[in-house]
Amino acid sequence: MNCRELVELVTAYFDDALSPEERAAFEYHLTECDGCVIYVEQMRRTVLTVERLTAGQMGRATRERLLSAFREWRGDQR
Amino acid sequence: MVSASVTPESELLLLQQLRAGDEAAFTALIERHQTALVRVAQLYVHSYAAAEEVVQETWIAVLRGLDRFEGRSTLKTWLFAIAVNRAKTRGQRDERTIPFSALESASDDAPAVDPDRFYPPGHEDEGWWSIHPTDWNSVPEERFLSGEVQALVRETIATLPPNQRAVITLRDLEGWESDEVCTLLNLTAGNQRVLLHRARARVQQALEAYLNDGDEAS
Repeated sequence: MNCRELVELVTAYFDDALSPEERAAFEYHLTECDGCVIYVEQMRRTVLTVERLTAGQMGRATRERLLSAFREWRGDQR
Repeated sequence: MVSASVTPESELLLLQQLRAGDEAAFTALIERHQTALVRVAQLYVHSYAAAEEVVQETWIAVLRGLDRFEGRSTLKTWLFAIAVNRAKTRGQRDERTIPFSALESASDDAPAVDPDRFYPPGHEDEGWWSIHPTDWNSVPEERFLSGEVQALVRETIATLPPNQRAVITLRDLEGWESDEVCTLLNLTAGNQRVLLHRARARVQQALEAYLNDGDEAS
C-alpha cells in the first residue's frame, strides 16, 4: 500500500470498515511513513472540527409556533 | 454535535407521553431534532423559510399520526422520513428540485488528495508523498475553535455537492450512525462512506489551505 492509496481509505479506517488485510496493510504503512501519520491526524482533526460546529439554536419564535401547533392538536384531541 | 442515545424503553415512554398530550415531552422532542430536520429539509428545498415550513408541517403530521405509529421503525427514523418526503414534494412543487438521483448516488470522483502531492507513475517512490502534509499538532487548539475556522468549515460544507453535504451533515454534525444515514438517504454502506470521505477531504483541504496561508503570512 502506498500513500496515495492509503489516503483514500482513511474514512473506512475510522469507521472500522477495512478488511483485516487492508487494515494490516494500512497500519503497517503508518509505521513506515510519517507523511501518512500526519495526514491521518489531519483527518482526525478535521472530523473533530466539524463535529464541534455549534448547531444553530432553535429560535424562540419557532419554538412558540411549534408549541402552539401542539396545543392546537391537543385541544382537538379532547 | 449531540448524540443522545435513545433506548427503546425511553422512546416508548416518550410516545406515551406525547399521546397523552405532555407538552414537556413534545418540547424535548423538538429540541432534540428541530435543527437537524431543518438541515435535512434544506437538502431538497432551496430556501431556509421553505425548509422551516416543511418541518412545521412534519411535526403536525407526526402528531396526527401518533396513534397509527406502530413502532416498526424508531420514532426518529419515522420523523425524518416524513420530513424528507415532504421536502421532496415541496421541492418539486417549487419547481427548483435537486434531482433525487443526485442525492442517491456517489458522484464527484475527485481524489481526497491532489495527485500532485505524490510521486508520479515511473518514479521509484511512485505513490508516496512528494509534498508532505504539515503537522497540525503545532497549531494551537484555539485556532481550530475560532470563529474564522468555524465559518470556513460551514462555508465549505454549504458548497459541497448535495449528496456529500447530506452525509457529512448527518454523520459528523448530527452524529448519526452509518446505517441510519443509509436508510434515510437510500444509500449503500459503501456509497455512504465514499460520500463522507469526499466531503471530509474537502473540509480537510480547506483547512489545510487556510492554515498554510496563515503560515505564509506570518
